[in-house]
Amino acid sequence: MDLYEHQARELFADHGIVVPRAEITSSPKQAREIARRLGGRVVVKAQVKTGGRGKAGGVKLAADPAAAEITARQILGMDIKGHVVETVMLARPVDIESEFYVSYVLDRAAGTFLAIASAEGGMEIEEVAATRPEAVARVPVDPAEGVTPAVAARIADAAGLPARTVDVLVRLWDVLVREDALLVEVNPLVSTRDGQIVALDGKVTLDDNARFRQARWGDEAEAGHDPLEAAAAAKGLNYVKLDGEVGIIGNGAGLVMSTLDVVAGCGARPANFLDIGGGASAQVMADGLSVVLSDPAVRSVFVNVFGGITACDAVADGIVRALDTVRLTKPLVVRLDGNNAQRGRALLDERAHPLVEQVTTMDGAASRAAHLATTP
Amino acid sequence: MAIHLTKESKILVQGMTGGEGMKHTRRMLAAGTNVVGGVNPRKAGRTVDFDDRQVPVFGSVAEGMDATGADVTVVFVPPAFTKAAVTEAADAGIGLAVVITEGVPVHDSVAFLAHARRRGTRVIGPNCPGLISPGQSGAGIIPADITKPGRIGLVSKSGTLTYQLMYELRDIGFSTCVGIGGDPVVGTTHIDCLAAFQDDPDTDLIVLIGEIGGDAEERAAAYIRDHVTKPVVGYIAGFTAPEGRTMGHAGAIVSGSSGTARAKQQALEAAGVRVGRTPTETAREVLAVLDA
Repeated sequence: MDLYEHQARELFADHGIVVPRAEITSSPKQAREIARRLGGRVVVKAQVKTGGRGKAGGVKLAADPAAAEITARQILGMDIKGHVVETVMLARPVDIESEFYVSYVLDRAAGTFLAIASAEGGMEIEEVAATRPEAVARVPVDPAEGVTPAVAARIADAAGLPARTVDVLVRLWDVLVREDALLVEVNPLVSTRDGQIVALDGKVTLDDNARFRQARWGDEAEAGHDPLEAAAAAKGLNYVKLDGEVGIIGNGAGLVMSTLDVVAGCGARPANFLDIGGGASAQVMADGLSVVLSDPAVRSVFVNVFGGITACDAVADGIVRALDTVRLTKPLVVRLDGNNAQRGRALLDERAHPLVEQVTTMDGAASRAAHLATTP
Repeated sequence: MAIHLTKESKILVQGMTGGEGMKHTRRMLAAGTNVVGGVNPRKAGRTVDFDDRQVPVFGSVAEGMDATGADVTVVFVPPAFTKAAVTEAADAGIGLAVVITEGVPVHDSVAFLAHARRRGTRVIGPNCPGLISPGQSGAGIIPADITKPGRIGLVSKSGTLTYQLMYELRDIGFSTCVGIGGDPVVGTTHIDCLAAFQDDPDTDLIVLIGEIGGDAEERAAAYIRDHVTKPVVGYIAGFTAPEGRTMGHAGAIVSGSSGTARAKQQALEAAGVRVGRTPTETAREVLAVLDA
């Protein structure tokens, strides 16, 4: 889960990193109040979970409280790369002397965390890395040792950062480990004219797998605003809403991703990703069907199950039971293959539901579901 | 021969007495796998009945290894305890730890993988279906009855896609199939398996299944170009996945321009790998290469 800038700022502050004075609001009127409290002159920043805010006009300086209200009104409601701005953060400007970049990121290839630091902050680090790779230091961190002051000094030295940044580097590692983050990034980390090191902007990605031990983020569900995704999440289903017309239900993340591709290859667009897992019980099948059928964009549904751990007859039994509780309103194409496929198919044939048809191959079934969804 | 697992392998199961552990230990035994014991400190000294087999429960991995000569452990313990379980197994000096558990915090994985590397223990997973050398042994949850022994090696991030390909190619058969897992950080990579299959005299052809996220497939492609002389057939899932959304596996997320299925397919094809558009077409490519 990605955090908003203001949440990242709060985490940094909790771990003793200096951040600018700031407050958030969704109301232009309150923005004026906040600006007054912060001393009049403020930076108004859109709170969205995407990059390129500045270029899109989502970050602006306001000279006084009246200007802050006008600027907040402009930015609130703005669409930045598909993200609608619902909150702005107003921050007291900082007198910048120099800007740096620091982050800890997961290095998948090495299976560990990597410190990335540069004395050229403020810009997109990918750009700096592409044009001037020597300006970006990459230092692997031994997970058993962590970032001690000595390690932090090595990172600062490699990147050409002043020794005064060592304390922030140590504290930032603390954020990463204590909060179970997969990414912490400060860009820019600035040195002010009065000699302070301040985290001006930050990005934090938390590990969803660690939620069980991170009570703080318990209610911050990632589910988003899509009502279908919220309904699916409430039923414990692994569902992602997409833009198409063929509803997809399958078992196993890889097979479902593959199913979306095969449907797309047949000239239709998948309406969703839904992985009902290896078990595929009647209840889960019924829940999945009801969520997928409640999507008004869906014109046909493709159930693609490989019977491995759970044999096909058990899966077919689940579908038959689900058909007793869910009223089918759209054609259902079922492909069952794997263990006990014959028995599974026979069970569905016996049920003889007028809207259910079986195709024995994955490619053939995808083609049939795509045809049903795209034919007027 | 096969890779990482043969009929000689003696297997311990950490978490054998839990629900998933019981279910899959029973299946492993039914498939002929030599499960020599379970590990649970609170149930040490007891035995568990699996149809006609009595399997002893040991208090620790070290104790189980001493008593049975076990060289592989399969880990089914819950996510909160996985780090301790793998660390214990590595400290006991086991050769291979297969971590089935899904939902392990990444910081825990990073820590136990670093520890295992230092101790010389190979880890497969976490969040993986395990591996199987058909007709010899299976460590994990890959069904044993959907294929037969043969000369194809398979490595994949995904469980059900692995089963699909195993089934489509059941008349040819497999030396070993390894599900390396869909998490951002895993103990055994595509490259590790490619290297092992290249050296395995009983593997003639390698099937590599990848999916969106990270750059493991791109690195595998570079490795194939430089080091693999056996034919490789590939498949990539996730062409239609939108940017920034996780598709089931924690590692399956396209971020910015990196990790796309297209980039992976192109990298593999540039390394001379035939890449199928669907699982079925991938199986056909395998047959075409074997017939050539």
